Amino acid sequence: MQARALTTEEYFVESEPYYEATGDEIAIFEAAYQNKLPVLLKGPTGCGKTRFMEYMAWRLKRPLITVSCHDDLTASDLVGRFLIKGGETVWVDGPLARAVRAGAICYLDEIVEARKDAIVVIHPLADDRRVLPMEKLGTLLQANDDFCLAISYNPGYQSVLKDLKQSTRQRFVALEFDYPSADLERKIVAKESGVDTALAEKLVKFAHMTRNLKGSGLDEGASTRLLVHAGKLISSGVEPIAACRSAIAQAITDDAEMLAAVRELSSSIF
Amino acid sequence: MAPAAHPDTHAPLSAEQISHALEQWLEVEFTFIQVDALAASIASLPREDQDFLLGWVRRIATTNIQIAHQFALRAISQLAHMDRRMIEAWALHAMDTYDRAGSSPAFKVINELDNFAQLSHEHAAGALFEEVGGILLTFVRGLSGRHLKLEKGEATYTDSETLFLPAVVAQMREAADNFKLCKAMVALLWAQTRFGTFRINLNEALSTYPDSVKALKQFHALETLRLEACIGRELPGLYREMQRLKTETGVSLPAGWEHHAADLARPEASVADSLRLLERVYPGATPDAVCYQGELRIDAVAASIATRVEREKMLLRVKLAQELEKQTIETRRDAPNFDVKQVANDHNDLPRLEITLDDAPIAPPEGVNQLLTSIFLDLGEIPPEYLVPAGPGEYDASLLEEKSQDPDTVWQGTYHEEGASLYPEWDFGRQHYRKNWCVLREREVTPLNDGFTQQTLDKHSGLVKHLRRTFEAMRDENRLLKREPSGDEVDIDALIEALADARDGREMNDRLFMRMHRSERNIAVMFMVDMSGSTRGWINDAERESLVLLCETLELLGDRYAIYGFSGTTRKRCEIFRVKSFDEPYGETVQRRIAGISPQEYTRMGVAIRHLSAILNEVDARTKLLITLSDGKPDDYHDGYRGKYGIEDTRMALIEAKRSGIHPFCITIDTEGRDYLPHMYGAVNYTVIGDVKELPLKVADIYRKLTR
Repeated sequence: MQARALTTEEYFVESEPYYEATGDEIAIFEAAYQNKLPVLLKGPTGCGKTRFMEYMAWRLKRPLITVSCHDDLTASDLVGRFLIKGGETVWVDGPLARAVRAGAICYLDEIVEARKDAIVVIHPLADDRRVLPMEKLGTLLQANDDFCLAISYNPGYQSVLKDLKQSTRQRFVALEFDYPSADLERKIVAKESGVDTALAEKLVKFAHMTRNLKGSGLDEGASTRLLVHAGKLISSGVEPIAACRSAIAQAITDDAEMLAAVRELSSSIF
Repeated sequence: MAPAAHPDTHAPLSAEQISHALEQWLEVEFTFIQVDALAASIASLPREDQDFLLGWVRRIATTNIQIAHQFALRAISQLAHMDRRMIEAWALHAMDTYDRAGSSPAFKVINELDNFAQLSHEHAAGALFEEVGGILLTFVRGLSGRHLKLEKGEATYTDSETLFLPAVVAQMREAADNFKLCKAMVALLWAQTRFGTFRINLNEALSTYPDSVKALKQFHALETLRLEACIGRELPGLYREMQRLKTETGVSLPAGWEHHAADLARPEASVADSLRLLERVYPGATPDAVCYQGELRIDAVAASIATRVEREKMLLRVKLAQELEKQTIETRRDAPNFDVKQVANDHNDLPRLEITLDDAPIAPPEGVNQLLTSIFLDLGEIPPEYLVPAGPGEYDASLLEEKSQDPDTVWQGTYHEEGASLYPEWDFGRQHYRKNWCVLREREVTPLNDGFTQQTLDKHSGLVKHLRRTFEAMRDENRLLKREPSGDEVDIDALIEALADARDGREMNDRLFMRMHRSERNIAVMFMVDMSGSTRGWINDAERESLVLLCETLELLGDRYAIYGFSGTTRKRCEIFRVKSFDEPYGETVQRRIAGISPQEYTRMGVAIRHLSAILNEVDARTKLLITLSDGKPDDYHDGYRGKYGIEDTRMALIEAKRSGIHPFCITIDTEGRDYLPHMYGAVNYTVIGDVKELPLKVADIYRKLTR
């Protein structure tokens, strides 16, 4: 595919993304969308939250604007700011304001990483007012009827300092995501990476081993995404043990002893 | 020392030189050990071996002279057969045993080298437990099933909760293969717990045979066959390795056993099948043990299961009761109906167990999944009586959790190590750690309500004002940065200037924005206060005054801080006194505790540094400081901590702290401190204060300089 530039509100998901439902999350999201309720996606990294959002954007035929939140993200980064062009100040909308105007789905990934002012600015959007205060313009932006706000949050590893406040979380319909069941995960890995079912099963088994280690030296076990990466390497002819080391073990830890142990686990399976 | 002083470092040492050194180390004057013959045989070795051997003799002699002598006698002949690493491990194991169990078990280790490592060939390159234990523990935790422990034992066996491996495994020629062998041993022991070897009462089942030892051996061999097949299904890669090891060590089955092996390899074969086959093979020959087979110690298993089953049953019922309470169902008339559903799964995998309450699945309370798995492994099911929530007062709380004991009551019995933390200590003579050497307890300072804080603040009111001013200036507050090249808002002043410039035809400045700068001061500091007996009087007062002033100023800065005192007598009674922990606010209680700081006993510093570093490392901060307020050298009663030993241990503890990312600093009033502090803390990481009265003034000032 050739690279091309799109404005954010033109980004429609054109072909159906591969997504396997693990429960009733699709129906709930649709119902929330029809009722103009914002949605909170909870779950560990790499278990399909972002893919779910792409799938829903495709299903609802709305543009998807994704903002990955980082610890320097301020309210201005979301709402917009004045810039100077040719001696004049010009207002430029931020991604959230664009989504509100265009009736897009705005997905704020890892919302707790953002600064507090950025988290608070979504409050009036997330209740029945559905307005975005544009403080610097002195205006309120009433959301387009098609607009939808979704945020994601990983309760697992973030520090206590970065917990989502009750005043924020209690505005959302929450969907919990977890790693899919072994059968489903096997299916996903096989489909996404092109390895056969037997190999996918081994990869899933390996992932479960690393997930057993959560809390005894690992912050997080191998995610479905990492399994897909490993599967893709294997499909391209990389040895399974080497693929697991590069795509999974090295990705989840830097600790030499943990790496050695994880390698022993993978060499036991393959 | 004689050998090191020899001018030619390559030529072998003469018998005379060696016996001179040995006489010194082995204190021949008092012990009357004859060293001449020993020296003569060492003299015939190449210089490299001499240095190696003598080095270890010297190190062991600092622990026990007789052990050092025995080591020297036996090691000479072993140098040709054993890897150096193995000899070292042997010496260390002997010293550890001496620390733990005294001299006669240590002699046993030295004298029974063959027990220490099963050597079947020359030049053994063994896998040492110290080196492989960490990796294998993580490995076994990754496998499904109970949360197992891994420890060093005298043989390879399990009690169904802890897996034991010997200190060294050296049957194979290559180091890599010895590691593989350890891994296979661990996997087989794991398989015993995972695939139900202990699900039946083995004592009972085997007692029907006249020769129960033979029956146990045969049963073990049959189970090993069955478990190998289980491993083959679960971990095919490891299974291949195990087959290879087996072939290399050349063990073959007696006639007719192939048939049994095939029988036991069926996926549905269970421990009952092994018992059934035992009846058939019992009259015949017993196969040799496979290299990774280890031992089956059914008494250890029975003891461990007996306590665990009771405990886990109670624990589950208590957890269910707690869960029920949480549900807050006001008008529940009928009894709660807990049930466990097995979520269907493959034959191989452990079933996923789901707790339901009145047929609706509930989120399992913390730890319950692990508990269910453990119970399932023991019993093969979750019996209905396990699912009755415990009524109030129905259980013995001591069964539930190993509760930490109240340190004060523990002291009333002597030297109980229960509930205390154990820390290693660096023995510089041995050039190695003494394991679990110090027994440390954390206690609270008894608060004293005598208005000490107020008196101090009044006494130093001028100083307090000065400190407040300087520290306020250090506060890194959120502030607006103007004239930035990028930012959240337009800097109108800058813009107007720039536009004016542009009109005049000058170059237009591009720094037109404002940006919020956020405070990034992210410091956690631990104050470690000397509470040894030598601080009695002035020094103690000065220490307490310094702490009050420090707290006052640190509150201004907003840095996180904790204050702990340390003291103790002997390695068995090290004490840490909590004055203020990191999450405790500074208030009246802390003030009273500062007032209550009183001189105790000795200064065993190493263990205090290790304990406080561990606490400090739990805090998430960018900069971590460990500041020691002290009045002198490390010192302790009786067991040789005074002098070089104490300094070297303290130095090692500080090196460990630095390695974990802590910056240690020492403030002392010992004017001789310049002699030893550079060695311990490094050239710039200490301050000597000449006059005790200056301490309160200096401490805050030093802190300011350190964190600027």
